Amino acid sequence: MNKLTANDFSSNVTIKWCPGCGDYAILNSIKRAMAEIGMEKEKYVVVSGIGCSSRFPYYVGTYGYHTIHGRAIPVATGVKLSNPDLSVFVVTGDGDAMSIGGNHLIHAIRRNIGIKVFMFNNRIYALTKGQASPTTLFGSKTKTTPEGNIDNAFNPINFALSLGSPFVARCLDIDLEINTSIFKQALISSGFAFIEILQKCVVFTDNEFEIFKSQNTKDDFIVNVEDGKPLIFGKNKNKAIVIKDYTPQIIEFDKNNPPSNLTIYDSSNYILASIISSLLPPEFPLPLGIIYKVNKRSYEDMYYSSVKGKEYKNLEEVIGDGIYEIR
Amino acid sequence: MSFKKSKKINIHSKNITVVRFAGDSGDGIQLLGNQFANATAISGNEISTLPDYPAEIRAPQGSIGGVSGFQIAFGDESVMNPGSKADFLVVMNPAALKVNLKYLDKGSIIIANSGNFTPENLKKAGYETNPLEDGSLSNYRVISIDANHLVEETLKEDGLSKSEILKTKNFFMLGVLYWMFDLPIEVTAKWISEKFKKNPKIAEANKKVLYAGYNYAENTEIFDAKYKIEKGNLKKGKYHNVTGNEAVVYALIAASRKMKRKIFYSSYPITPASEILHTFAKLKSSDIVVFQAEDEIAAICASIGASFAGNLAATGTSGPGLSLKSEAIGLAVISELPLVIVDVQRGGPSTGLPTKTEQSDLFISLFGRHGDCPLVVMAAYSPADCFDTVYEASRIAVKYMTPVIVLSSAYIAQGSEPLRIPDDEELKPFEFPTIPPPDMFRPYIRDEKTLARPWVYPPMIGYAHRIGGLEKSNIEGNVSYDPDNHQIMTNLRHEKINKVLSEIPPTEIYGSGSELLIVGWGSTYGAIRSAVNYFNYKSNKNVACINLKYLNPLPCDLNEKISMFKKVVVVEENKGQLAYVLKANGFKNVLSETKVTGQPYTTEEVIRIIEKNV
Repeated sequence: MNKLTANDFSSNVTIKWCPGCGDYAILNSIKRAMAEIGMEKEKYVVVSGIGCSSRFPYYVGTYGYHTIHGRAIPVATGVKLSNPDLSVFVVTGDGDAMSIGGNHLIHAIRRNIGIKVFMFNNRIYALTKGQASPTTLFGSKTKTTPEGNIDNAFNPINFALSLGSPFVARCLDIDLEINTSIFKQALISSGFAFIEILQKCVVFTDNEFEIFKSQNTKDDFIVNVEDGKPLIFGKNKNKAIVIKDYTPQIIEFDKNNPPSNLTIYDSSNYILASIISSLLPPEFPLPLGIIYKVNKRSYEDMYYSSVKGKEYKNLEEVIGDGIYEIR
Repeated sequence: MSFKKSKKINIHSKNITVVRFAGDSGDGIQLLGNQFANATAISGNEISTLPDYPAEIRAPQGSIGGVSGFQIAFGDESVMNPGSKADFLVVMNPAALKVNLKYLDKGSIIIANSGNFTPENLKKAGYETNPLEDGSLSNYRVISIDANHLVEETLKEDGLSKSEILKTKNFFMLGVLYWMFDLPIEVTAKWISEKFKKNPKIAEANKKVLYAGYNYAENTEIFDAKYKIEKGNLKKGKYHNVTGNEAVVYALIAASRKMKRKIFYSSYPITPASEILHTFAKLKSSDIVVFQAEDEIAAICASIGASFAGNLAATGTSGPGLSLKSEAIGLAVISELPLVIVDVQRGGPSTGLPTKTEQSDLFISLFGRHGDCPLVVMAAYSPADCFDTVYEASRIAVKYMTPVIVLSSAYIAQGSEPLRIPDDEELKPFEFPTIPPPDMFRPYIRDEKTLARPWVYPPMIGYAHRIGGLEKSNIEGNVSYDPDNHQIMTNLRHEKINKVLSEIPPTEIYGSGSELLIVGWGSTYGAIRSAVNYFNYKSNKNVACINLKYLNPLPCDLNEKISMFKKVVVVEENKGQLAYVLKANGFKNVLSETKVTGQPYTTEEVIRIIEKNV
């Protein structure tokens, strides 16, 4: 087989997201990740619910199913459990996954079904034109919160981690290179994977993530987590998050002479990941990258191992005891 | 163990005999009933059974609310339902007697475990004196057996505790009944060995008691009669006594084997459909994939996903669950994917009567979705018919790429009767919609004959495609908001369901004459047929009936058949849903007879309806 390119994963459908929408960049990263993995497109199934991001399946050339609001995860679960050799991923939004579909999300993580959930978080219901979502920040003004939001926002990665997801990551829509790598690792991971992608909506939340993107502010408001490295951030690379007595704190230091007791990140350390995933601006920079990654046996693996060798020759064998004959 | 030689006894012969067992819900009444049912079935009887348990798992011992019952009718082929009045009532305590006396006619026989008629139990049941002794049961024949004492005597040297000994008492009563009806005791003995194989001591004790009961009946003077039950004229073959819920499972597995695909069954616990999930769970394999979902919506959505992935997919539920599944059923309709939805109807609305039967989900099955959303609706009429109906529903779902709702009900889901296990070659073959070569493939290109779209699925090379809940352009399958296209697609979805008419066999009229036609659907079958038989054999009045299996689309010969009769009465367990549907379909003069007590129609009730109308 020839080496695949991102274009091999395109469909022939015109993309209808708003010009400037963060979804374009995410689409490119996912197509690149699939190309790098090098598996035929027919082995992928993309399942989505309802929302802007959920139009995603129409824009890739794999098998795809655009389902109903909140229900992409159970549909994907049915695909994966009935045919575990397929690579099944869900594209969803903050409202679709965490509000109407919240029950399915928590149970998919709990049972560790091997589907990958890419949650495009624009912190708003955009398709329905601007209502507060479960990730809309406290105090934000939206069409349904004209006086300011009095609901508290979910912290999606902390939520996913608390339920035991074996792969948890957070990234920014525009980071093509980093995202391609994260998405690839997510797609080839064996169990459930949760990836929160902060995605700007040009219509309703155009400036929502500006502090994480602007050259002037991004270094002070983002910390990129990397295994084996300290949690250093700041324009001058002179700040770090360190954890002492289970308490995260920011220290400043001389860039040329960093202290020797900096906290080194380890994405397989659940307690460390839990603390880091809980950090939010403005007190702390926003952690980005692969927050947690461990091997955990998937639901479908356990299912098929538990029934291995069980076969029925005919219906009588299915029914078993209690069969009698009338002659 | 051997039996002593028979003494001279009278033998009574009957076509249908009804036995009702009753006792504390913790007493193993269902187990007792099921063993008795298996023994009668194995003897070649046609049988029909119905459990009747309280909604609470364990009500206080000995109380009226804690009485559990099990009824069985057995005999020749005229057995069509578990019967309304019992010829024999087996009661394990005073509360069971009190609750069940209403099921007896004068002259019926009561067999009571008098050992449990203690002052304390009598008080709990509200009896001031012992009815077994005070003459209040003089209208019946009472046979008192102190099973408690007799099992203690039987097992006094076996080294068991008193509570272990008392637990065997059901088998003593069973042994007595096996003698009375001349049933094969060995089958139950074998079953006991298997059931208690981890505790051989208990197994031996139960078997000993079972034979002791048999010998007791043989030797004591209190029995002067044995009952010979006419055998059913069952077709030759292998049989298994199944409940309706079990038959659903076997049908789906048979269908998946026939079509050489996996069966994927996904469900959420709900009374009275949970036994489908339990039965499936025991049979899990790599080809029988069973999934307990987090809720009703997830259950159907997982099945839709499995169907998209090319498997035979099904979900089962009851009323409240069907309400929750409505939106997803719409998705399956517009996606045109095969799906079998089994709805075991119970009393509604809302939580309603979870353990009681009703036929009130016809409207929601036909109309309970937003948009114009047609699908196939079928109804099973008896426990064994759940097999045929669900198999046929699977075949139609696949051939026409459509969801099919199968209506069962608590009554037939929990009742049982013999199912003849079909050989593979007796099962109708599956037909799949034509799949064009990859370059000709379009998601909504249609099979000319059935209007079904091709069922291609991952990872079939060259057929990757996208579908979904948004309206799609005809043939090409791209998202389309074109007004004319929506008209075309809506029309096509209706026309496709109408194509299913060619699958429907001619409507069978049972009975005679052209005066009165009783129209029923689903589980009223037995009561209506038995009532029609009553008139045609026992009086000079002519009555006929039909049982509708296909509720959408309605059979095309229905008009012709119904017009042959002067009077048409629809009998159903709801407020007149089928009558309403028939009227809307142009059958203006149909009359409606209904009942919503949570209890199935009895033959006697249908007889009264017929008497009123001829």
